[in-house]
Amino acid sequence: MKLNKASLFALISVLELARDPERQLSTSDIADKYGISSHHLAKVMRNLVHQGVVQAMRGVGGGYRFAGNVNRTTLLDIIQLFETLESELDLPHWNKAAEPVVSELHSVTSEIDTVTRAILDTVTLATVLKNTRATGEGAAEESPPGRAAKTAAG
Amino acid sequence: MSKITIRDAIPSDLEAIIALDRTPNEDKTGYWQGIFQHYVVTGRPDRVFLVAQEGKSLLGFIIGEVRAWEFGSPPCGWVFALRVSHTTREGGIGTRMFTEICERLKKAGVDTVRTMVDIDNKLTLSFFRGMGLRTGRYVELEKRID
Repeated sequence: MKLNKASLFALISVLELARDPERQLSTSDIADKYGISSHHLAKVMRNLVHQGVVQAMRGVGGGYRFAGNVNRTTLLDIIQLFETLESELDLPHWNKAAEPVVSELHSVTSEIDTVTRAILDTVTLATVLKNTRATGEGAAEESPPGRAAKTAAG
Repeated sequence: MSKITIRDAIPSDLEAIIALDRTPNEDKTGYWQGIFQHYVVTGRPDRVFLVAQEGKSLLGFIIGEVRAWEFGSPPCGWVFALRVSHTTREGGIGTRMFTEICERLKKAGVDTVRTMVDIDNKLTLSFFRGMGLRTGRYVELEKRID
């Protein structure tokens, strides 16, 4: 499975906003933090607003705020706003003799897609946030004191 | 919400458990009588049947056991039933029951817990993923034989 850039940007943004649903962040805030293109991210954010996943706040200090439920929103909910998760067989031309093989390959890729969707559709944002916090804490504990202090200060 | 306790199931819980698990057009009384005989009456530490109780009401249950050498697997904890009443979901009862059953299974000598959930049961799958479970080493396969 290969997620497209828009899906990845959307996941990064939504998770960053869902980390603290009361907080408002601009596109630049998110783009700067993760080192991603703010131009591309702006398009992604417009789609997320249109779909009701995030809310655009106007005025001074405005930005975006998470508008969903972290316990009910899954990775698939976000990803499928930007792409369909269907395996493709890159076989543009084949004759009739190939059909049984192609048909069987479609059956196998369909099975893979079903499992992929089932996994992505049951990993909630809350679970990802919980796991990333645990990973972050683990990394901080393993880091030398000076490096951890520098990270915390940054 | 008043105090919720997690405790071992007792024989007199049978009717409340059947009521919690009730689904339209299905009578599972015989199934539950067998489960109580196997997991409650015998009182073995490697068979765990826990309930969540608030006042006189049962709000949920979880059942698991140690299984060894099924499909070649070394001894492992299996959780095969979990239910929280509709009215009290997302209140942490499932988490408390799952945490407790993991402790019990660990004391019974295993270091892995496993379960199996219908692919369309998004709520329960999400719950177990939230508890840290991931796709494991054993892949379920099936085929219609009619």
